[in-house]
Amino acid sequence: MSGPSFDVAYNVLKEQIDAPTASFFTSCVHCGMCADACLFFTETQDPKYTPIHKLEPLRKVWKTEYTFWGKLGKALGLVKPLTDEDLTEWETLVYDSCTLCGRCSMVCPVGNEITYMIRRLREGMARAGHAPPGLIGATKRAVTIGSPMGVKLPALQAQIRSVEKETGLEVPVDKEGADYMVLLSSMEIMNFPEFIGAVTQLFHHAGVSWTISSDAYEATNSGIQIGVSDIAAELVQRVVDAAAKLKVKNVISPECGHAYMAIRWEGPNLIGRPYDFKVIHILELLDQLRKEGKLELRDKDTRRLTYHDPCQISRRGGVIEQPRNLLGMLADNFVEMPDTGEMNWCCGAGGGVSANERADSLKMTAFKRKKAQLDAVQPDALVSACANCRIQLEEGIEENHMDLPVISLTETIVEHLAVKTPVEGGQS
Amino acid sequence: MNEIEFLQWVRGPAFTAATVIFVAGIIVRIVMILLMGRKANLAEARGSEMAGGIRTMFTRSFPNSGTFKRSGFTITAGYVFHIGLFIVIFLYVPHILVFQKGLGISWPGLPSNIVDATAVVTMLALIAVLVHRIIDPVKRMLSGFGDYLVWFVTMLPLVTGWIAFHRIGMTGTMLIALHILSVELLMVLFPFTKLMHTFTLFMSRWYNGAIAGYRGVKS
Repeated sequence: MSGPSFDVAYNVLKEQIDAPTASFFTSCVHCGMCADACLFFTETQDPKYTPIHKLEPLRKVWKTEYTFWGKLGKALGLVKPLTDEDLTEWETLVYDSCTLCGRCSMVCPVGNEITYMIRRLREGMARAGHAPPGLIGATKRAVTIGSPMGVKLPALQAQIRSVEKETGLEVPVDKEGADYMVLLSSMEIMNFPEFIGAVTQLFHHAGVSWTISSDAYEATNSGIQIGVSDIAAELVQRVVDAAAKLKVKNVISPECGHAYMAIRWEGPNLIGRPYDFKVIHILELLDQLRKEGKLELRDKDTRRLTYHDPCQISRRGGVIEQPRNLLGMLADNFVEMPDTGEMNWCCGAGGGVSANERADSLKMTAFKRKKAQLDAVQPDALVSACANCRIQLEEGIEENHMDLPVISLTETIVEHLAVKTPVEGGQS
Repeated sequence: MNEIEFLQWVRGPAFTAATVIFVAGIIVRIVMILLMGRKANLAEARGSEMAGGIRTMFTRSFPNSGTFKRSGFTITAGYVFHIGLFIVIFLYVPHILVFQKGLGISWPGLPSNIVDATAVVTMLALIAVLVHRIIDPVKRMLSGFGDYLVWFVTMLPLVTGWIAFHRIGMTGTMLIALHILSVELLMVLFPFTKLMHTFTLFMSRWYNGAIAGYRGVKS
């Protein structure tokens, strides 16, 4: 990608406006209901966080380029066109105070898909050089090193060796012809390596043929968070190439929200062709194994558990009933928070916010919404399925002096699996 | 031009011109939006785009309880004035006669006193939403000239119609002429303002529901 350019960005924004976007802007009646659906507004009461307001730069382009009054006004010099200064001013609104969670899109009475448009606006913001430094850094690392957190293959190999030692099971790397190829998020490799141990034991338990590719093990995709489709496509292509090389039939998206959005929903559109393999989320696979009777539990979890829906997996991804089916099997005492499933509230750190240090204090303010939800049900443990949510939830819980463990659904299920083949040194 | 000639002009050439701008304007805008197109989705679908789209076209009229709690005033006042406008426009017998003359179709109306009361409630609801637009920090920030213009041209036919019905101040001829003129103003501005949402909201809801439905989500 060449250097930042406002002119290029303006043309990118023009191209981003398709029939749905034009319909959405035409339909907006400025009712302000999207504000009440956004945790950045509810927790600050600052009107600037109104979701549709965050789209003002894109709306300006639509108005000047695609409406009668806008075109006339532009010709007569009456309408002030979009400027680079506008984009500078909007940068924090578009990146720091939007997690692409999509809750506003569920509430808008005229049906505007606001998040769809924010994703599009970011394409122009990034081209103009108005993306947060933290996210630019993460994206550069993703392209050059292969991971937004700078995790290199030796780090993964070290974690694999430690998992193998701990479980006594083999972690198959680059195994050609496996049924499933597992992707991991950097956060899992560095902060929650238990996840690798958990899937290893799970696949052993259920007799699933799987592998990890040493070429493409990274699931996250900074390109879709920052809004540079070229980079996002390059990162998706790495996975597609690895899947082809290893001749796998399925690729598993791990417990990471935006990784699922990237590989499952945006991926084929980014690279411009359908996949030769299926993408399945780990929770979908677990639920499938449950249905097939391949998950045998030793006992149930008796704690009062609640489930935090990662936005990109539930509301934006469609994996909503699977975690509930699994929790139905696992937990004796499962309770739903108020506003759940597709209406769940974001943790406050998705959509690139966690990689953007500038937004650190704002994301903790946004966490208050989750705190209110948790206070309403008083669980013993909070289950989720996204490493990024998990970091934010743990940080928020600590900062608010709450006593609540945050656990992974996959890992918790594995902890309760019946021992099939006793393994020396294994956990269960 | 005397009162009678004024009424004839309002009912004749002015009404024709307003109708042409209204109908052609709406069609042109909708066609222009649709012509912008959208890219085919290459990801494997989990659910039906069409079913999701059609579903959301209807369900988005009924907010869930959490949303109602947070945006109760906007939803209630919005419902009241929209239903009120529907009753006043389409169920007032003299209006039905106009539709019958123009479109050749007719339907039963409501007694005038009920429409009269509805008009008052609708005007009060519109005043309430205007006050809310001015005092609510979010709405105030979002609002521009277009929002207040649209409020004014929506309110005007209600006020002129109500005054004409009660024959206050002027002759019946003049009152009815001013009422029709105010409706023509609304019709002329319709395609160029957010009044377009009357039609495009169904497109927007369809797109919203289709995007979600494709992924197996009910939006």
